[in-house]
Amino acid sequence: MIQDSGMARHALWRLLGLIPTLFMLITVAFFLMRVAPGGPFDSEMLLPADIKANLSAKYDLDEPLLQQYFRYLSQIAVLDFGPSIQYKDWTVNELIGQGMPVSLTIGLAAMVLAFFMGTLLGISAALRQNTRVDYSLMGVAMLGISIPNFVIAPILILLLAVYAGWLPAGGWDWSIASMVLPVVTLALPVTAYIARLTRGSMIEVMHSNFIRSARAKGLPESVVIRRHALRPALLPVISFLGPATAGMISGSVIIERIFSIPGLGSYFVQGALNRDYTLVMGVVIFYGVLIILLNFLVDLIYAWLNPKVRYDERS
Amino acid sequence: MQNWSKKSGMVDPVNLLRQFVLPASLVLLVGACGDDYQEKLAARGRHAQPVELILNEEGRPVPSVIAEQQELHRDNGQEPQTLDPHLAEGLPAARILRDLFEGLTAESPEGRIIPGAAFRWNISRDGKTYTFYLRRDAYWSNGDPVTAEDFVYGLRRSADPATASKYAQVLLPIENAPEVLAGDLPPSELGVTAMDEFTLQISMRDPTPYFLALLSHSSTYPVHKASVLEHGSAFSRPGNLVSNGAYVLSEWAIRSRIELIKNKNYWDADNVILEKVYYYPFEDQSTALKRFRAGKLHWTSGVPNNQFKWLQKHYPDELVISPWLGSYYFGFNLEREPFIENLGLRMALVLALDRDLLTEKVTQFGELPSYTLVPPGIRDYVSPVPEWAEWTQAEREKEARRLYAMAGYSEENPLEFEIRYSAGANNKKMALAASSLWKQVLGVRASLLNEENKVFLQNREQKILTQVFQAGWISDYADPYSFLNLFRSGHGRNDYGYSNSLYDALLDEVAAERIPSIRRRLMLETERLLLADVPFIPLYTYVTKRMVNPRLKGWQSNVMDHHYSKHMFFLKAALDEPPTVVEEIEVTETGGENIRSSESIQEMAVPGEEEGVILKEGDTEAALPGGDAETVAPGQEQDLDLPLEEKAPDVANEDMLPDTVTEGGASPEDSLK
Repeated sequence: MIQDSGMARHALWRLLGLIPTLFMLITVAFFLMRVAPGGPFDSEMLLPADIKANLSAKYDLDEPLLQQYFRYLSQIAVLDFGPSIQYKDWTVNELIGQGMPVSLTIGLAAMVLAFFMGTLLGISAALRQNTRVDYSLMGVAMLGISIPNFVIAPILILLLAVYAGWLPAGGWDWSIASMVLPVVTLALPVTAYIARLTRGSMIEVMHSNFIRSARAKGLPESVVIRRHALRPALLPVISFLGPATAGMISGSVIIERIFSIPGLGSYFVQGALNRDYTLVMGVVIFYGVLIILLNFLVDLIYAWLNPKVRYDERS
Repeated sequence: MQNWSKKSGMVDPVNLLRQFVLPASLVLLVGACGDDYQEKLAARGRHAQPVELILNEEGRPVPSVIAEQQELHRDNGQEPQTLDPHLAEGLPAARILRDLFEGLTAESPEGRIIPGAAFRWNISRDGKTYTFYLRRDAYWSNGDPVTAEDFVYGLRRSADPATASKYAQVLLPIENAPEVLAGDLPPSELGVTAMDEFTLQISMRDPTPYFLALLSHSSTYPVHKASVLEHGSAFSRPGNLVSNGAYVLSEWAIRSRIELIKNKNYWDADNVILEKVYYYPFEDQSTALKRFRAGKLHWTSGVPNNQFKWLQKHYPDELVISPWLGSYYFGFNLEREPFIENLGLRMALVLALDRDLLTEKVTQFGELPSYTLVPPGIRDYVSPVPEWAEWTQAEREKEARRLYAMAGYSEENPLEFEIRYSAGANNKKMALAASSLWKQVLGVRASLLNEENKVFLQNREQKILTQVFQAGWISDYADPYSFLNLFRSGHGRNDYGYSNSLYDALLDEVAAERIPSIRRRLMLETERLLLADVPFIPLYTYVTKRMVNPRLKGWQSNVMDHHYSKHMFFLKAALDEPPTVVEEIEVTETGGENIRSSESIQEMAVPGEEEGVILKEGDTEAALPGGDAETVAPGQEQDLDLPLEEKAPDVANEDMLPDTVTEGGASPEDSLK
């Protein structure tokens, strides 16, 4: 009971801490975006001064910057991200609303895949430490980490889509077939990383005293692993999930482009290059909130898995 | 209008893969099959050949040769920024809007201006009053008649400062347009009047010979007043959008696809054959190519760089390359050392570059070497070719060295400057190649400086940091004035600091002149003056490059690169995809056709013989005896007058992105990490 309320307080406290973080994020992103040279209406095409003035007025870019900043804050307080400067027919809310389900589906599927495949491979390798299985698995994992996914993706497309014809070469229609390649490509590097991580911590755990005690008690090896070794061995993996999410989001920028997927990733790059202030801000805030919340969740899981954190909290 | 090097030259992983990794791995995997195997794989992507085209007396294809399925899948390169014709900018939006709406004028497949919503017009003797007579059988997609009032509403809305249209400048030749745009006069004062329900009069400030071409530009399209008033800014969404073109918008999944279906109320609906048109925003050209090879796309917006040879070999029937109305060049900053008042030095740099080498080895896609500002392909205008263009490269280099030495530079005291260019691998390759040629020929030390696009544009405009910089222009309308005007003193895009009062005076005369022959002579003189002053280094003429399904007909290459879906149709396949044995034969055939098509590319490269369809020729010959009667008519004399517009803001985007991502593959990702 005491322990639970400690957890709850811990959670609440962390949640409150998110607000200033988010505020900082918004402020820094807003001003950084404006510091960048050029504006949304600069292009190779000549724009007469009158027309440029009309455009600036339409998006309130003719006001002093501070006034724009406060206007923006009051807007996003009611979750209104404004109109996109680049995609004129849509508001940023609509764009994010359409892209989010796609990005989340891919991200989540890749994450789940990476987590299960990674831990599975890592454990298999650890249990056969220094055997041929271990070396080949880790060799493959090293490759997975070092080959960037913009190389893996075209290889997979060429083999599985163009030559074999089993999967579509790109595009998105919510079918499983159209998800396979992007999800696998996105998951590969993370899978590899998790596999190495799991292997390392598993080996360490398997050499610790409490495992020796468990074995001494005469427990079968499978029980030792499932009941005793698994949980502590997964701790570093759990704490890696936060950064892994961030990695996946940046990875998705490339993946979405190569597979032509209508997710949020390319809004980042495209929005920034076009100085589409509202779109970039919207996506930054959305991903900011997502990463912050996921890190928060990871903390909670970590605390739940690791008694040490809970005890520290209580004392 | 715009710039950039089209996406040539990015490092394409797939290509690399194909060239190095795959052959190796296939040898490993497949063992003995080796090269054969790869050939066969490539052959699998080939498309069925069409039956012979037969036309009826009206020049339309007879029903017996037309395929049952008339659905076109077009790659659009990018998501359109909007489908509001008055806010539209960029190629992706322009392509779709040409299908959805119809201006007073339209364009034929070969790019000639033809009647659109107006079936005829009168131009007053002084060239300043245009009277348009609208079709009485033209209807909006909801059944309302298209009236002169709709055009008045559309043009006023386009010029209204509240609309904030970037392309409203297209309207500037119209009376009172500058004042309306500046907000000094209400939009109702624009020189556009509905004389009666079907007669429209437009008053001009200057006679503008290219005005008819401007009237097929999206910023002059009519919009349906009632639905604009009802839906406001959401009027361009599926379900809300009422249009007067050959197609209506039926579905828009953002950044997935846009679906158009035939407009049953279109006045010429009987002659519209394609029932559905899908536009896909494939930003990655490799993806588009793969979809094309899988038969899921019929038309791509470009092709991956560095794959010219491979495509030419394996897809000679599908690869279409043709000159575009755009010039790529380097600019000098004439307000900064060492190029102020240093004509000889500038000329030395111009002469030292071997343009044949640059287009053959660097851009590689059949770009045309350029010695002038205005690209070929404009009707009734051939740029004044400077004398040195006739020299051999050795002669040019000799003269370059002489001028270089005269300017006071030598091996011990070499000229040093920076070449500034924006993201885009082609820009980088050009800058690299130019600097090494300069080093080789003159001993110049030119360093390279790559900048993000908007930063680059700003630096160019400020004229403080730049010395030599990458530049280019793709015109919205086929008139030399569009190019020449860039060098007017004080012009917003005059990043060269070029200022010559004689030149400005000549431009004013051109603008006011309405007699074509005099106007042409004035423009020739203007360009000659510009070339003599050497404020820029001409390099090459852009080309468009794409993959097209061989069964798709009814279109022609044109320098504007405007292709209306309403002209297009699919022919039946000549025979079903042959079994495997035949496939091998096809592979051999490929070699033969390949030679033919490369010849035709060279032919095309001769200016004056500009011809679109090039590649199609060899193909038809090979595939069907008799050749194709109509659609493509290559080799025939063709007027490349071509009309108007194309913009390019978006080419910018279109280019920039692919380049950024593909070129550095790693860079965007890294920056986010």
